[in-house]
Amino acid sequence: MAGHGPAPEFKNPAVRWVDSRLPIFTFMVKEYGTFPMPKNLNYWWNFGAIAMIMLVVMIATGIILAMQYTPHVSHAFSSVERIMRDVNGGWLIRYIHMNGASMFFIAVYIHILRGLWFGSYKEPRELLWILGVVIFVLMMATAFMGYVLPWGQMSFWGATVITNLFSAFPIIGEPIVTWLWGGFAVDNPTLNRFFALHFLLPFVIFGVVILHVLALHITGSNNPDGIDVKGPQDTVPFHPYFTYKDMVGLGAFLIVYSIFVFYAPNFMGHPDNYIEANPLSTPAHIVPEWYFLPFYAILRAFTDDWWVMKLFLGWFMEAKLAGVLAMFGSLILLALLPWLDTSKVRSCKYRPVYKWFTVIFVLNFLVLGYVGQMPAEEPYVTVSQMATLYYFIHLLVITPLVGWFETPRPLPASIHAATLKGSAPVGAGAAAKMEKP
Amino acid sequence: MRKLIKTVVAAGLFLGLGASSASAAEGIAVPKQSWSFDGVFGTFDRASLQRGLQVYKEVCASCHGAKLLYYRNIQDMGYTPEQARAFAANYEVTGGPNDQGEMFQRAALPSDHFVSPFPNEQAARAANGGAYPPDLSLMAKARPNGPDYIYALMTGYGEPSAHILEEYEKTHGAPFELADGQHFNAYFAGYKIGMPQPIYEDGVTFADGTKATIAQQAHDVATFLMWAAEPKLENRKSTGIGVILFLVVFTGLALALKRRTWAAVH
Amino acid sequence: MAEAGHQPGHAEEGETRRDFLAMVTLATGAVGAGAFVWPLVNSMNPSAEVLALASIEVDLANVPVGSAIKVFWRGKPVFIRHRTEKEIQEAVSVDVATLTDPQSDAERVQKPEWLIMVGVCTHLGCIPLGVGSSEPKGEFDGYFCPCHGSHYDSSGRIRKGPAPRNLDIPEYAFLSDTRVRVG
Repeated sequence: MAGHGPAPEFKNPAVRWVDSRLPIFTFMVKEYGTFPMPKNLNYWWNFGAIAMIMLVVMIATGIILAMQYTPHVSHAFSSVERIMRDVNGGWLIRYIHMNGASMFFIAVYIHILRGLWFGSYKEPRELLWILGVVIFVLMMATAFMGYVLPWGQMSFWGATVITNLFSAFPIIGEPIVTWLWGGFAVDNPTLNRFFALHFLLPFVIFGVVILHVLALHITGSNNPDGIDVKGPQDTVPFHPYFTYKDMVGLGAFLIVYSIFVFYAPNFMGHPDNYIEANPLSTPAHIVPEWYFLPFYAILRAFTDDWWVMKLFLGWFMEAKLAGVLAMFGSLILLALLPWLDTSKVRSCKYRPVYKWFTVIFVLNFLVLGYVGQMPAEEPYVTVSQMATLYYFIHLLVITPLVGWFETPRPLPASIHAATLKGSAPVGAGAAAKMEKP
Repeated sequence: MRKLIKTVVAAGLFLGLGASSASAAEGIAVPKQSWSFDGVFGTFDRASLQRGLQVYKEVCASCHGAKLLYYRNIQDMGYTPEQARAFAANYEVTGGPNDQGEMFQRAALPSDHFVSPFPNEQAARAANGGAYPPDLSLMAKARPNGPDYIYALMTGYGEPSAHILEEYEKTHGAPFELADGQHFNAYFAGYKIGMPQPIYEDGVTFADGTKATIAQQAHDVATFLMWAAEPKLENRKSTGIGVILFLVVFTGLALALKRRTWAAVH
Repeated sequence: MAEAGHQPGHAEEGETRRDFLAMVTLATGAVGAGAFVWPLVNSMNPSAEVLALASIEVDLANVPVGSAIKVFWRGKPVFIRHRTEKEIQEAVSVDVATLTDPQSDAERVQKPEWLIMVGVCTHLGCIPLGVGSSEPKGEFDGYFCPCHGSHYDSSGRIRKGPAPRNLDIPEYAFLSDTRVRVG
């Protein structure tokens, strides 16, 4: 789908001079100008571009903050407060960066949800999807380390809890943790290296994003009907159709972002992080940032007295290790989705059974997020265990089985045909009955 | 479109559940007060800030520091640079070393931080029966519903109600008893606080003549502490109005442009 | 752009309208992007606590005649000398026209007994000697820069050596006979 027609010609001689030596202008016109996009895309497709803008915003504000921040345990907290109080516009840049992390995850979660619903992970976009999972994991590592930098109570204790997890691995666990810490506890060496890595990883993310977009441009975008583009009548050029549409989505997204930055800047954070880190005093509830909560719930679900441990896993490992493996496994399994899903049909629009399982999967994920922030008491423990089980059952059992046995609804003949009469699919030949889901 | 709305609502629920539980899970529910700095157009009531500074200075500062504040910051409250200098000069800081290599005491300048009553946490604990009076610079942001909580704490002293005594005995399996150095407070987690009641009726005499009831002092000191935690709050809210209006205009323009462009396709 | 079904005239009018709307929208977007970049750039300007130390007050009560002190101001040393009559005479009696950087002593001091200058050599930025009583004062009874041999006189004016300008005089004001604010 990458053939784009004749090479563009430029009138400006300076542009031609550069382009003949390094064809960046030709590249931009081909990839973002005339690039053919399915013409039936809906607003769910805005979130990739929004995520890219968020990456730029985070890097720009991050570099400026790095000019004022001091990564030493005695000065980190007060340097952040100096940014808030004394640096010109420092409060704005800090709040943009802090809330930007949350907004970045919101955009990426919706972007992933789009992929799940419309089958964007399916052939031939498997590698595109895997690169996306890699970006997601890198984002989580970056956000985790970034949250440690202000050196508040949650920064310190969240770092302590999560780095301690690695001690679950037998034999190599303790040395790994000591190596991560650079000492015997989270302390100055840990803070310094987290700062260095937090600065580095966004550029690694940027590199993987480039690969992600390159992979996308080989296959072309998926679309809400999940059917392949068959010719130019199915497409419109990226500019001006999607440049302008992306501006709309971006504008709306920025309005929500601004409401947080200017009127609820600490809504998604935790008040305990405005208390300077105290290694001798543990907060009442250690809670990670909201975007980690579902995975934190999976981690904590594994208790030694759970029947899953007692009957199956307890023979091989302790609950702590099982939790760590399950948490990483939940992400790795997501990467394997293209092979777990056996359906020949991409979009849930045409999968009357699987679509409801997807809805339940999403609701289950939200439940995991909810219990992830509650204390490790009943009824939350049991709920988190059931929700964790369901997460894995959905991916390992339901997805392959439903793919085999489901009868999909008839697909439209083409994208062009589908857009002629709204979203009514035109079956090849017979008048297809629209079944109410 | 319908699906998009459904997901936005779900996400909103998710975040809403998230945020509300985070605050409900800790501490006792505090009654909501109304503040001059609430809302989209909130500002700090300058007179209240000045009274709050007075309460802090005369009541709280003997035990609680506010080390993130500079003396020059009080100019934000409507004081002149000369007043800031005079206020700072009441306090002493360590300067030096001098040419002989000795440290010495000098009067604080507007460019100095507020002087803390104790040099470190250990000294503070030693002087307060093992309890640490925390620095108040960020207190209004370091507790859920900070200003409401501060107000509630200041006004929460007295005798425990029968309901609280009952509930306490049920959850702890033992009757409510105060040890030496502990005081009852209806809004402090666990109901036992090391700080004795700090605010009393007419405990301070306000320079502007306002009656110094406990409620008034609590309100003013909470306003002062919100300002101390976030001096840029007014800038933030007023900038926000401009930014959001701009974005609404931009999004509207972009939407018109998009619709016009796509008219042929739809 | 897809123009299926449009009359040529219609298309042109539509295009012009779209172009104007496109221009306004893109211009608005550009303004927004600029408005985002500005605080990032402005944050690099001196912050409030740096500006707060932009002026300092110095107590002169303990600086007897014939001695000098160095104070730290905006990251640089400021020399404050309580000049003797001899030093004042030397400074005043120089023929201004013969100086590399012609300036009379009166132009450089507010009160003749107090010489206040930024102690940074105007050549390449070293700190001249001559404040302490045992330091070399150069050939003109003032200050001597050891880096490249600039000699300054008792008014801080360059007399010999590679420095192009006299030692800079900062903005200052006397708050009283024994207190001066620099900056």
